[in-house]
Amino acid sequence: MAEDKAEPGLVFHPLDQFIVKPLFGDGPVSWYTPTNLTFWMALALLAIIAVFVFGSRGRAVIPSRLQSIAELIYGFIYKMVEDVTGKEGVKYFPYIMTLFLFVLFSNYLSQIPASYSPTSMIAVTAVMGFGVFIAVTILGFVKNGPAFLGLFWMSDAPAILRPVIAIIEVISYFVRPVSHSIRLAGNIMAGHAVIKVFAGFAALTLVSPVAILGIVAIFGLEMLVSGIQAYVFTILTCVYLNDALHPSH
Amino acid sequence: MEGDLAHIGAGLAAIGSGAAAIGVGTVAGNYLAGALRNPSAAAGQTATLFIGLAFAEALGIFAFLVSLLLMFAV
Repeated sequence: MAEDKAEPGLVFHPLDQFIVKPLFGDGPVSWYTPTNLTFWMALALLAIIAVFVFGSRGRAVIPSRLQSIAELIYGFIYKMVEDVTGKEGVKYFPYIMTLFLFVLFSNYLSQIPASYSPTSMIAVTAVMGFGVFIAVTILGFVKNGPAFLGLFWMSDAPAILRPVIAIIEVISYFVRPVSHSIRLAGNIMAGHAVIKVFAGFAALTLVSPVAILGIVAIFGLEMLVSGIQAYVFTILTCVYLNDALHPSH
Repeated sequence: MEGDLAHIGAGLAAIGSGAAAIGVGTVAGNYLAGALRNPSAAAGQTATLFIGLAFAEALGIFAFLVSLLLMFAV
């Protein structure tokens, strides 16, 4: 955006923050290069380990604050898995808990200014989304055999409509991993880009108070969105898992 | 000059955000109306609420993605 450089306000590009850069020097990025992406993913993992190892170390009857956080997160996700997928789904609780914690912690860590948000990278969320999709599809066929295809065949619909509905159901089934991953990445990317756009306006003296208030408001909204998107990603995983375990419509 | 047309397209794609806002408002408003009529049943439906919000919002995000692609990729 060459013409933006000429204006006084926008001296940086709002999407510059999503560029994956090597952490040391600026060579080419290979799969083993430590980049800002891997750095913030590692930080998210360290934060998760810190909360859960130190939180569960005391095993106090009256929990400390950290222990309360760890117990609340655990109980919340456990109840969600149990409610949505039933008793059979509890076996897959560790996987869902892992996904939730990674998304939640990297969302919240990315709210630190000048950080990089791993969940805004579509490659990261696509791996998680397609991982869920492939796992759930295989699980459905292993658990139910060919009866899993009953997911696409609405037996209580009128007979003429059933093939049409089946086609729509198949399409919507295959769109699932795409929307699952783009929803998360798009939400986080949109929020961060909007903050940067407001930050660009803050340099103009005339609108800077409005822009700074806007940054504060959007930041508050982003704190909400971070939690909600982690929750939505997890509950959709539970819903897909439930479809695989109980395919009958 | 083709960049200008792409920018117009990006602006048109941003209408999708408003459409998603209507969808999200419908979901949340209907949830609230139902929850006020029968508060005891409301707690059990928050999961459904969030799934509905997510589906409505995802389409707005798709519109945002289209406009980003038009702005920076085309």
